[in-house]
Amino acid sequence: MMFRRYFGLPDWNFRSQFDEFDRLRRQLELLTEGLPGRTAGRRAGVFPLINLTEDKNNYYVRAELPGVKSDDLDIQATGTTVSLAGDRKIPEESNDAKYHRREREAGKFSRMISLSTEIDPDKVEAGLEDGIMTIKLPKAEKAKPKQIPVK
Amino acid sequence: MTDTKEIQVKEKQEVRTPAEQIKPGPVFSPDVDIFENAHEIVMLADMPGVRSNDLNIDLRENTLTIAGEALPFEGKEEEDIVIEYEIGRFVRQFSLSEVIDQSRIEAKLADGVLRLTLPKVEKAAPRKITVKAA
Repeated sequence: MMFRRYFGLPDWNFRSQFDEFDRLRRQLELLTEGLPGRTAGRRAGVFPLINLTEDKNNYYVRAELPGVKSDDLDIQATGTTVSLAGDRKIPEESNDAKYHRREREAGKFSRMISLSTEIDPDKVEAGLEDGIMTIKLPKAEKAKPKQIPVK
Repeated sequence: MTDTKEIQVKEKQEVRTPAEQIKPGPVFSPDVDIFENAHEIVMLADMPGVRSNDLNIDLRENTLTIAGEALPFEGKEEEDIVIEYEIGRFVRQFSLSEVIDQSRIEAKLADGVLRLTLPKVEKAAPRKITVKAA
């Protein structure tokens, strides 16, 4: 779901009350997704899943990357895109280890995200902590909306 | 062409817990790897966003429960554009068959991965009894 909001304009901010409905709707959508005749998933379906948010001055991209070290993560930004690529490694255990379950996956990943407002690639900051990656992308000065005074 | 194995997307598994949550929000089941060797059982769980203070490990009556709280990320002023995953608690329970030495359980949390080492009770090693000449 893409929504754009214009800051400062009158806004019915009932978003918080409808969060529960949002989740319910999404779960119902997931149920009907597999049925024939419906267009396939709304998501990119690429690892990692990201959450993209913005405020007046920045975009924020967050992803869950447990077990990934900063050296194994490569982030690049241009004026309108940010791409992240990396490798999740699972360290080898000793030879006599007998596995009962193996649910976690390892491997390479890469993903590119396009942004609708231009950003300043020189001011991008990225952090990786506790398995959560956060990228802060400041919007380019010229692309920020300007308040126009009415005389 | 080198073998580049790509990770596939796996949605977080949401679970319904038997007890009701005090705080509303989704509860997820973390992916785990479990293996054992001669001395211990080791469990590795992916719990991104969980810090050591927010992690609870409980072992009673042969049931092991791991529960972690992931911090919400959004700053006050942020508006959502694309949300592909949710933040919630991680809970998973296991019943253990082997007898575990509870006093020596070790837990390490790094980069969102929990490594839980459950040492097995050492069976009494056969002792050779020396006979001293009186």
